[in-house]
Amino acid sequence: MAQRIKPFLVNNGPMLTAIVVFILVYMVGGLLYPNMQKPQVFFNLFINTASLMIVSIGMTFVIITKGIDLSVAGMIALTSAASASLLAHGTNPFVVMPLMLVMGIVFGFTLGSIIHFLKVEPFVVTLMGLFFARGMAYVITLEALPINDAVYRFLALTKVHIPFFEKAYVYIPSLVGPILLLVVIYLSFFTRFGRTVYAIGNNEQSARLMGLPVGRTKIIVYAFSGFCSALAGVVWSISLLSGYGGYAPGMELDAIASVVIGGTLLTGGVGNVIGTLFGVLINGTIVSILQFNGTLSSWWTRIGVGVLTLIFIGVQSLFYMRKKHS
Amino acid sequence: MKENKSLLKRFRENRLFWPLVALALILLADAIFAPGFFKIGILDGHLYGNLVDVFNNSAPLMLVAIGMTLVIATGGVDLSVGAVIAISAAMGAVLINPALGNRLISNEILTKDATNTPLGLIVLADLAAGTLCGLWNGFLVSRGKIQPMVATLILMVAGRGIAQLITNGQIMTIYYTPYFFFGNGFILGIPVAIYIVAFVYLIAWVLVRKTSIGLFIEAVGTNAKSTYYSGISEKNIKLFVYVFCGFCAAIAGLILSSYVHSADGNNNGLNYELDAILAVVIGGTLMRGGRFSLLSSVVGALIIWTFTITMYTFGVPANALLAGRAVLVLVVIILYSDYARRFMNRVFERKGSQHGTAN
Repeated sequence: MAQRIKPFLVNNGPMLTAIVVFILVYMVGGLLYPNMQKPQVFFNLFINTASLMIVSIGMTFVIITKGIDLSVAGMIALTSAASASLLAHGTNPFVVMPLMLVMGIVFGFTLGSIIHFLKVEPFVVTLMGLFFARGMAYVITLEALPINDAVYRFLALTKVHIPFFEKAYVYIPSLVGPILLLVVIYLSFFTRFGRTVYAIGNNEQSARLMGLPVGRTKIIVYAFSGFCSALAGVVWSISLLSGYGGYAPGMELDAIASVVIGGTLLTGGVGNVIGTLFGVLINGTIVSILQFNGTLSSWWTRIGVGVLTLIFIGVQSLFYMRKKHS
Repeated sequence: MKENKSLLKRFRENRLFWPLVALALILLADAIFAPGFFKIGILDGHLYGNLVDVFNNSAPLMLVAIGMTLVIATGGVDLSVGAVIAISAAMGAVLINPALGNRLISNEILTKDATNTPLGLIVLADLAAGTLCGLWNGFLVSRGKIQPMVATLILMVAGRGIAQLITNGQIMTIYYTPYFFFGNGFILGIPVAIYIVAFVYLIAWVLVRKTSIGLFIEAVGTNAKSTYYSGISEKNIKLFVYVFCGFCAAIAGLILSSYVHSADGNNNGLNYELDAILAVVIGGTLMRGGRFSLLSSVVGALIIWTFTITMYTFGVPANALLAGRAVLVLVVIILYSDYARRFMNRVFERKGSQHGTAN
């Protein structure tokens, strides 16, 4: 038994650390501010981080293949602006939503193809994607457009009550992230595609020599990330009921930081989405502690996330070294 | 004829060839579509006009690009330059603040064209703050053995928070006129910022081309391990490039805050890390490290700003400009890809062989 536990701990160390840190941070928050002990505060994390969670899940796959996707926040802005503008022109919301998702997939697919076929660094290509998406969002509308659509309002304002917890609720859009998480857990651990993603991240060359479809998988990963960011954009526009090109500034950084805090190595091949979930939740917890405090300003969030990233990188390199030696 | 061909070929294989072609194309578009673009006049004893604007506006980016080139040449990347710019700007604004150390703070004191701190000290503090940030990055990368992208990501995320911490979350407006000299001043009719760039470029050029540091940097970027085994202190080289990059970003912060007359933790140097990387990539330095060229990166920065000002003259709104910039990147990516290179080579080779048969 002990023989099996040790490798498990070493292999999943960073992720387990993320879980432990989340619990610790949350407990500290609960001790400092007794109101944080209410279950609703916990579920608020899911409400507040709905979009971040979705993009981080897509980002995890990209980072596992040793890539990076900087275009996610731009895609959120573009999706929100485009859907607001389409809805303002009277398009059916059930047409708008799938259309946005298709747009995200096409966008990610294009970026992935450029990365794969022209052999350019993902950093540069997705940076172009960020510029393009934000620019297009501003081309669509230079100021924030409100969404007055009945379906969007219904989705935004309907509370879903959590069983076993009295008075605790989330909104419909905040359920998208957890559901997507389940799908992605299945994808990454139980399908051929998931294994290929890890193989590419560990060593692209050997993956290719083993006959794995490297190019196809890489493009799919970016298309999936594009899909996730479009989904996050739809969720964003539902929760804010408006669309604007300047939304979600710097969210790509938050997503990358969450993924890294969740134990995924930027060198590829190591990590999983469960860790990412906790990375996102840690981010959300820091924000809510700051909100409970009230006197600390928002810039402490950034400093806090930065310091946490630093700590996690230290932990990761420790585990990484252990693994190398064992 | 043969000499001519080899000259053409040599020029084509030069690192500066593609960036200059790109710059020429943009300028050509200007010449055709915006006739007034090249007009340069003299007003109040200094030059003005779009071209002067291009140089003046691109000065901070050029500085950051110079630092970034060295970092990228070692196979790393520095994502924190935008945040370092904000920190340096915040540092300057806080020290200039005439209310500093003053118990009675009134609007009258705050908006006074005066300061209690000597200008030299302010500049020094700016540069020191940036260099310290660079030192931090360098230590994480060289001693902590953290991947550069992650190591600098920390400061990128936390840095803007630190900048706001310094200014206490305020957007600080600067009223002290001598400070504006760096961003708005002119010497002999030419913007001061350009002199600063030239000076830093000269230092960097002497360092990397007249001493062995440049060779070491390229060696580290090509193969860090073998560099270490050949007895070069790979760690110190890495430390040096990050410190230098921080230093360059600090000067950029000084110029930028002096140009916009304020320090804003959220917006000073926004997207500069991305633009600087873009400038370096446009300049043809590979992101995986190795050979680099400072001058092409400077030209890369120039291309970005020529393009931006061109778009302004065409009347594109500033925010929508991002999409145009994306198209620029796409063109660059396609031009630099292996396909395009092979295609161009084939075209040129065929021409060459035709000349050969003609002779």
